[in-house]
Amino acid sequence: MSLTKEQIARRIARELREGYYVNLGIGIPTLVANYIPVGMNVVLQSENGLLGMGPFPFEGEEDPDLINAGKQTITTVPGSVFFDSAMSFGMIRAGKVNLTVLGAMEVSERGDIANWKIPGKMVKGMGGAMDLVASARNIIVAMMHTNPKGESKLLPACTLPLTGVGCVKKVVSDLAVLDITPDGFKLVERAPGVPVDEIRAKTAGKLIVEGEIPEIVC
Amino acid sequence: MNKVVSGADEAIRDIPDGATLMLGGFGLCGIPENCIAALVRKGVSRLTCISNNAGVDDFGIGLMLKQKQVKKMISSYVGENAEFERQLLSGELEVELIPQGTLATRCLAAGYGMPAVFTPAGVGTEVADGKEVRQFNGKAYLLEMAFEADFALVKAWKGDTEGNLVFKETARNFNPLMAMAGKITIAEVEELVPAGGLDPDSIHTPGIYVHRVFKGGQFEKRIEQRTIRKKA
Repeated sequence: MSLTKEQIARRIARELREGYYVNLGIGIPTLVANYIPVGMNVVLQSENGLLGMGPFPFEGEEDPDLINAGKQTITTVPGSVFFDSAMSFGMIRAGKVNLTVLGAMEVSERGDIANWKIPGKMVKGMGGAMDLVASARNIIVAMMHTNPKGESKLLPACTLPLTGVGCVKKVVSDLAVLDITPDGFKLVERAPGVPVDEIRAKTAGKLIVEGEIPEIVC
Repeated sequence: MNKVVSGADEAIRDIPDGATLMLGGFGLCGIPENCIAALVRKGVSRLTCISNNAGVDDFGIGLMLKQKQVKKMISSYVGENAEFERQLLSGELEVELIPQGTLATRCLAAGYGMPAVFTPAGVGTEVADGKEVRQFNGKAYLLEMAFEADFALVKAWKGDTEGNLVFKETARNFNPLMAMAGKITIAEVEELVPAGGLDPDSIHTPGIYVHRVFKGGQFEKRIEQRTIRKKA
């Protein structure tokens, strides 16, 4: 059984540690906030200028001056702080953010990522993605293992225009958890009931399989 | 020195066709909506707009796009706008996309009197095309130039008659950076107070950067993505 988006988010939440400052991208990464272990102090950074992002507001409590990077209405938590966009990317560039989780259209076996532009289609822009991937100390990509056509998104080299080079550390897909190593994608865990051969068939980049591969617990 | 003007129309009176403008805001949050409305009324054209986003079809910079007042957008993300897409694909509109942190830092550099900055964002991507790359401690950085803008239009929560500004929550975003970067900076505020009405320790933008200030006539503050949770 491949993982649902919620299960991917839950598995990524197991990478969180006490005291982490975390930036979550749009899509599956946003769901990670729902699975922060109870009692663990994790501070969410929103690159439009907030540390300490809280949940969505209750109806009637929406504040047009308080949004996240996806332009959704949000709330603060005790200890929250606002700042301008230069300081926001300053703390990202200076490596103060411990973990960045974002989606991708393609990841290469060297850790390159493409997630902002498809030639021939309307290009909306990279937003903060290029700044995040160029500077974050630890980048986890959350994505489906294959695209809607069934083609692998884990490639020897990205075919789409790059967002960043050699920056992704780990991929959590609906089929597997893989570490990016100097030798390629190292299979760390597999989705429950998904055989290694299926992951091998759906991974176009170099896949390293050593010993028994445990199933993902999430 | 009187920085207080009567309203948006007076504040933007001398913005000419072909000017380069900075407009604060992130999405529709913290945009100078009174100045935008005045620019639409004035009909000024061939503008270059430096702004993180380009508004939506019927609000924000989208209102100026609809009147074909914008020649070029310099932004990090321009989704959510069908008219924008139409003008871009038909070649009527020029767009330069740059990373969001680079956009912010190029404003900062201008306000800090620095001609350029080095940033790692975009190294190894098409953003690096034609730019100087330099290694520091084994890591590659791009040379990015400070922006030059004829006018910066920003929106603050509170301002005083000296032009000192205080922003609210995430409506701060690019506003204080652009306020520092414009040759002429125009601030529209929700509350205009006399000098001394703001705590000097809590001011985000010192008035030295601000040339004109006015109390906005109306703030719609439209929400782009109203998202709520259910009460348990």
